[in-house]
Amino acid sequence: MSATERRHGAADDPCVIRVRGLDYSVGGRSIFSGLDLDVARGSVTAIMGPSGTGKTTLLRLITGQATQDAGEVRVDGVEVSQLDRKGIYALRRRMGMLFQNGALLTDLDVYENVAFPLREHTRLPESLVRNIVLTKLQAVGLRGAAELMPHELSGGMARRVALARAIVMDPEILIYDEPFVGLDPISLGVVLRLIRELNDALGITSIVVSHDVREITAVADEAYLLSGGRVVASGPPAGLLESDSAEVRQFMKGLPDGPVPFHYPAPDYAEQLLGKERP
Amino acid sequence: MNRLLRELLDGARDSVSSVGRYALFTGRLLLETPRGLLRFRLVVEQVYNAGALSLVIIMLSGLFVGMVLGLQGFDLLERFGSEESLGTAAALGLVKELGPVVTALLFAGRAGTALASELGLMRATDQLSAMEMMAVDPVRRVVLPRFLGGVIAMPLLAAIFSMIGIFGAQLVGVQMMGVDQGQFWSQMRGAVEHGDVMEGVIKSCVFGVACSAVAVFEGYHAVPTAEGVGRATTRTVVVSSVVVLLLDYMLTAVML
Repeated sequence: MSATERRHGAADDPCVIRVRGLDYSVGGRSIFSGLDLDVARGSVTAIMGPSGTGKTTLLRLITGQATQDAGEVRVDGVEVSQLDRKGIYALRRRMGMLFQNGALLTDLDVYENVAFPLREHTRLPESLVRNIVLTKLQAVGLRGAAELMPHELSGGMARRVALARAIVMDPEILIYDEPFVGLDPISLGVVLRLIRELNDALGITSIVVSHDVREITAVADEAYLLSGGRVVASGPPAGLLESDSAEVRQFMKGLPDGPVPFHYPAPDYAEQLLGKERP
Repeated sequence: MNRLLRELLDGARDSVSSVGRYALFTGRLLLETPRGLLRFRLVVEQVYNAGALSLVIIMLSGLFVGMVLGLQGFDLLERFGSEESLGTAAALGLVKELGPVVTALLFAGRAGTALASELGLMRATDQLSAMEMMAVDPVRRVVLPRFLGGVIAMPLLAAIFSMIGIFGAQLVGVQMMGVDQGQFWSQMRGAVEHGDVMEGVIKSCVFGVACSAVAVFEGYHAVPTAEGVGRATTRTVVVSSVVVLLLDYMLTAVML
């Protein structure tokens, strides 16, 4: 099957991203074992889980920044780990990613930050670059901030600029890594609205990695809950809230104790208090 | 005993592997240089950052080093009754040795640390990962222009250092100590040859490559934490200084 046929075949596939039997470990510590996950085309899919469950690692595997030990990670039918550097860069040009802190280039102003991918990948005339950049900035409500430097922006504004930059090349897949961390309620509301609106207006597929249950529930069509290297629950976020599983309920309702214990593993309390040696 | 031996072997292996990583990284930068020069605007910006912004410290240091050279040189040459050779002594000392070496050490302290901490912070704040995700190679877009900027700036700074140094030596020798001005300049012109100047130029070019490579390597590979960036900055100064002095000995031995 040629690459073109594969691409056409893949376009009919309702799943943009398909992960099967994923195994991945770092330094002998297993992060994923037998993980299965699908991201439907045009949906907002949330990947949730307690800190340290490998949510960001999963994004690294999907975007080709890391390679799995076993299993499949397919984007539009193409196995990511089989791609060479050129192939990975071609794949990333179809993706946009919003980093936790925005990751704006600190030596460029807002306008140039948004224009950066255009200048690197295209030879568009300046007037067209200007139109595209202003359109994207308008979409995130920051056309007026075009001349500000990144250090002059609030956390929420920086994330919106990064979002404008992520969509400037009109990606097919938009990935958000912890987009709600450290935002005030107003900025949070803005980012939530933008995730939904951009997804629907641009017809893209969005993946949101987060552990903010309330926010995710409001915006996602489908949610996966990861724990212990596998998917412990999946489905519409509202359904997860009603789950019978103690593990899922603890996470979704934010209970301090449950299957994930409050205490880090330690020797017996009384024995340690009475013992002489330092812990 | 076994443990000591194993630790020694591990240490030796780590050293060899880090030399190898340095060599591979520098080799890649040198291979990519023609492509990097095509984006000349980015390089010019970095020549400004590494060169123009280091100018004041280089000029001030050059002046003082030259003045000290004038004083010490005069004191030494006077004992042999040949103080009019001060111009030659100062010029040869500066052009062949002190110019390139002191400039490289100052460059490592001023521009090298700035480069390393800037790249380290870019790593720590995900800017380099963001570029990777935008399908932009950070080595080509960020590291290479900074490396080339340093390589171009270094010989220019060394030349300015030597020039100001000679002026400083003249200031002390001729204006303060009373060495004959005509003798000072004419002996210098007679004794300093093209080869002497070229020795300094070659040294400063080599030091430019070494200092810039160390700075961008340390910054690019910094551990993405505040502590990691600090360590990268310190390592830049330490490694650059040792490498410059080592290379200086090797180049002098070869070119003498």
